[in-house]
Amino acid sequence: MKRVVITGAGTINALGHSVPETLEAMREGRCGIGPLEFRDVDRLTIQIGGQVHGFEADGRFNRQQITLYDRFTQFTLTAAEEAISQAGLEFHGDMSARSGVVLGTAGGGVSTWDDNYRSVYEDGKNRVHPFVVPKLMNNAAASHVSMQYNLKGPSFTVSTACASSNHAMALAFQLVRSGAAPAMVTGGSESMLCFGGVKAWEGLRVMSKDACRPFSANRNGMVQGEGAGVFVFEEYEHARRRGAEILCEVIGFAMTSDASDIVMPSKQGAARAIAGALTDARINGDEVGYINAHGTGTAANDKTECAAVADVFGQHADELMISSTKSMHGHLIGGTGAVELLACIMALRDGVIAPTIGYEEPDPECALDVVPNVAREARVDVALSNAFAFGGLNAVLALRRV
Amino acid sequence: MSIRDKVIAIIAEQAVLAPSDVTEQSTLEDLGIDSLGLVESIFAIEEEFDISIPFNANDPSESDFDISNVGAIITGIEKLAAEKS
Repeated sequence: MKRVVITGAGTINALGHSVPETLEAMREGRCGIGPLEFRDVDRLTIQIGGQVHGFEADGRFNRQQITLYDRFTQFTLTAAEEAISQAGLEFHGDMSARSGVVLGTAGGGVSTWDDNYRSVYEDGKNRVHPFVVPKLMNNAAASHVSMQYNLKGPSFTVSTACASSNHAMALAFQLVRSGAAPAMVTGGSESMLCFGGVKAWEGLRVMSKDACRPFSANRNGMVQGEGAGVFVFEEYEHARRRGAEILCEVIGFAMTSDASDIVMPSKQGAARAIAGALTDARINGDEVGYINAHGTGTAANDKTECAAVADVFGQHADELMISSTKSMHGHLIGGTGAVELLACIMALRDGVIAPTIGYEEPDPECALDVVPNVAREARVDVALSNAFAFGGLNAVLALRRV
Repeated sequence: MSIRDKVIAIIAEQAVLAPSDVTEQSTLEDLGIDSLGLVESIFAIEEEFDISIPFNANDPSESDFDISNVGAIITGIEKLAAEKS
């Protein structure tokens, strides 16, 4: 089995248009959630979100590209450019033939669906642009990354709701660890912040109207975000030979299914995924210093997640730190695990733990060190990143400082 | 603007050329318009004239619409526009 390291990272989200901007915001505990701005927002009950501002497709992409790129693809390509240029990799010959791209998204081109449904239903038009299908398909982002960077190996899109990115990165990790691919571009993106996207979520009545306050006793629901996170996973010896900067090592993962309920989380399913990641990484629980929580800010997730962590780690659960950065960037659904992996990299590489902001009242059912409101300096050797999706599909990644 | 000039303007925009560089003798291949560009041009022309062009991208030669050069496209559009009015 090969060792797998991360040699490039890129992002765009409500906290920043790059990794340095995002990490600075996380260190400062800044909130990227605010009033939503798009057509018909006044008809929504939920009017806040972690929206990306100041991002214009014009100038960044040409006219032909814009007709083909939904916003989720635009986010992906922006993050991929940062990650691949940081890694300094170029894909030619065998490297091109064997390297690929695996990305997560839950909704794909949601605003393309929304705009065109509006056009045919509300405006009564009978003709849509010929690129509607290639623009909205869930694999559009992965395909455009593969075309842009000449990635000709295993490439596909994973869609497991809120765990999409973690599942995608776990599969990319497997491909590099097994020796099948020397490098993989991986992560995920989401762009559901449009009228239809938020209206659909409103239906579930799990959204907060004012803030995302994970683990706080007065939490009242989740807040959606948007954006992308993209990474270059590379075989360790390959990275070392070319003198690449290594951000951290990916050491294990596990995936489980609750097989119980389409929306309610299960403590057992989450605990089995966390414990499975430790086993896969061949580490003891007491080596884990930080967990980036799924931490959605819903009543059900946060208490279930804390109970699962307590079950797996026993006494050590009180010593490790666990925070939810969704309080700052919102819930990026299929892209969330990718943006949250940045908080793990910051913990391992920089020794800075991103806080859970908006924390106001302790909840006895979430009695862990949730790094409330203010970032903390601490040396961390191993970090986990949790993702527990609707449908009961869980994926946990384990990372180590190098 | 005549139908001819409007069609040329749409095709020129797709080809990223000045309208003066597009003649009735030009073929889409000459202009560097590929199959996706063709479908997009057909869409833009349909939108402009509010007509339906009987064009099948699966097999353009089987369509009841001549796209062999710009002149043929203009003639076809003029006919469809006349039928509509």
